[in-house]
Amino acid sequence: MANTKLLMTFPVTETSHTLAEYRARGGYGALEKALRQMTPQEVVAEVTASGIQGRGGAAFPMGRKWAVVHPNDGQSHYLCANADEGEPGTFKDRWILEYAPHLLLESMLIASYALQVRNAFIYIRGEFDLPYRRLAAALEEAYAAGYFGERILGTDFACDLVIYRGAGSYVCGEASALITSIEGKRGYPRNRPPRLTVRGLYQKPTVINNVETLSNVAWIITNGGEAFKQVGTAKDPGTRLISISGHIERPGVYEIEIGYPFAKFIDEDCGGILGGRALKGIIPGGISTKVLTGKEIEPLTLDNQSLAAAGSSMGSGGMIVIAEGTCMVRLLQVLLRFYHHESCGQCTPCREGMGWLHRIIDRIVVGEGRAGDIERMYQISAWNDGTTICGMGDAAGYATSGILNKFRDEFEYFIEHKRSRCNGTLECPKSS
Amino acid sequence: MKHLIPEFEKLRARYPAGFESSFVLPCLRRIQEDRGYVADRDIDALVEYLGVPRIQIEEVLSFYGQFRRKPIGRCHIQACRNVSCSLLGAERILDHLTKKLGIAPGQTTADGRYTLSTVECLAACGTAPVLMIDDAYHESMTPEKIDALLAALV
Repeated sequence: MANTKLLMTFPVTETSHTLAEYRARGGYGALEKALRQMTPQEVVAEVTASGIQGRGGAAFPMGRKWAVVHPNDGQSHYLCANADEGEPGTFKDRWILEYAPHLLLESMLIASYALQVRNAFIYIRGEFDLPYRRLAAALEEAYAAGYFGERILGTDFACDLVIYRGAGSYVCGEASALITSIEGKRGYPRNRPPRLTVRGLYQKPTVINNVETLSNVAWIITNGGEAFKQVGTAKDPGTRLISISGHIERPGVYEIEIGYPFAKFIDEDCGGILGGRALKGIIPGGISTKVLTGKEIEPLTLDNQSLAAAGSSMGSGGMIVIAEGTCMVRLLQVLLRFYHHESCGQCTPCREGMGWLHRIIDRIVVGEGRAGDIERMYQISAWNDGTTICGMGDAAGYATSGILNKFRDEFEYFIEHKRSRCNGTLECPKSS
Repeated sequence: MKHLIPEFEKLRARYPAGFESSFVLPCLRRIQEDRGYVADRDIDALVEYLGVPRIQIEEVLSFYGQFRRKPIGRCHIQACRNVSCSLLGAERILDHLTKKLGIAPGQTTADGRYTLSTVECLAACGTAPVLMIDDAYHESMTPEKIDALLAALV
C-alpha cells in the first residue's frame, strides 16, 4: 500500500502554521476554485462523491449530512467544527489545530459557501491553550487577508467565524450537547429527531463535523471527489489521523491510508511495543471502542469494515496500546471513574449506571468483590445500551463489556483471591 | 466585572445578532481569568448585562468543570490520570506531587501558593504523563522534571 498522505503533507517547522507558508503551499486555492468556478450544489456533490466518512467516531458520511441542508431555503444555517477532542486516547485534531489551522479555516469557508452559512463556529475544548492560540492567530490572519467578513475574494459570499471555548465537559463533544453549549447552557445532549441538520443551533439547520473530517474538504475540492475515492478503501475512502499512545515505542500522530495493515502499523511505523514486551491489547479508537487482543489485530486492516468485523471500530482514531503484564481490572477502574465523572446526569440509566459500575469496580479493586459482580456489570452495560439520549451510556457499556469479554479470567481471579493477578500494574516503565 | 464590558462588546461583531445567551460561557471564562473565580457579584452583573436568567448562569457554573466559585492557590497544578497517562506512570506522578506539596488532590497549600487537582484526558496522550499548570501543558513528566518545574515557579 502506497500510504498516501492528504493532511500531513509538509514538514512541520516553527512557522509552517502561518498564513504565508500555508499560501506558499497552495493554501486558499481551493476556496478560490469553489467561489469562482463552482455553485454551492456542486461543492456538496463533490463532497458526496468523495465518500468521506466522519472522523470523530460515528463514521457518518459527510455528504449525506450536508445534503440535508437546503442552501436556499431562506433560513439561517450554521456550521460547527467539533474541536472538543476529549475522547481519552485521542489527540489527532490537536495536530491540525496546532500545525495546520488554515487548512481547517479554508475548509470551513468552502463548507460555509456550500451550505450557505453566514456564521460558523469552532467549538474548542476549554483546556486547549496552544491549539487555541494558534487557531485564534490564524483566524486573525485570515480576517486581515479578507478571507472572512463581507465580500470574500470580491464575491457576494460573506462569512464570520467564532472560536467558541468550552469549559471542561466531555459530553460537549457530542454534537447536540456542543450546540447547546454554544447557546450558553449546560451541555445536555438533545433527543433526535429532529436531526441537527433540520433543527440545530438556535433551532436552525446546523452541520457539525469533526475537525479532521472538515479539513479534508480543501483537498477534495482541489482534486475532486473521484480522486479522493482512489485513496483508502472503496467503502471507507481517504486517510485517517491516528493518535497512538500507551505502551508503544514511538507514540504520536500518524496519517495512514485507510486499509493500512494494523500489525504493520504497530510493529514498523510505531516501533513496536514499549521495551519489546508482548502485546496484551489495543483500544483502537478512543476508550469507547472495544479492546482487541494482540492475536485479533494480526489479520486486520485499519478501516471501519475490518474493525467492525472484529467487533470494534476505528472510532476517533485514538489508539491505546496495552502491554502484557498490565492489570485490566485496574484499567477498567480508570475508564469507569472517567465515565462516572463525565456523565451529564440527564438520563437515569447513564447517571445511575455509571455510578453503579464505578462502585462495583472500586470494591473489586479493594478486595471486596462479590460473586455475581461480573454479571452485574454486564447487566448494567446492557441496560445502558440504547436507553440514553446520547451515545455515552452505550459507549461506557461497550468499553466495559469489551474488557470483560476478553479478560474475564482476570476479574474472576481478582474477586476470588482479592488481589490482582498482575500485581495491579498499570505503568510499563519506559526504560525496561 | 463591569470593567470587562467594553471587551465583551467587541466579541459581538462576529456572532449572529440576537443570541445574548451565547455570551454566557465566554463572559464567565473572561471573568474567571480576571478574578481567579466567579463571585456572586459577577453573576449579578452578568444577569444585568446579558439579561439572561440567573438560574441559567448558576447552571452553567455548576456544570462545567473549569469554572470555580471560590478562589484557589496562586498556581493550579492539574494532573491527568486517564488511561494513557496511567499506563506511563500518572499514579507515581500524582504521589510525587502529593508528597512534595503535602496536600491531597482537591486541596490548597496553607500558604495559598499551590492547588492540586486531578483532571481527565487532556488530549496529550502521546506525551504522557501530562500536567496542566495554570493554562500550560507540561508533557512527558517525571518526578525530576516536576521538581525542576516547581523550583522555577517559586
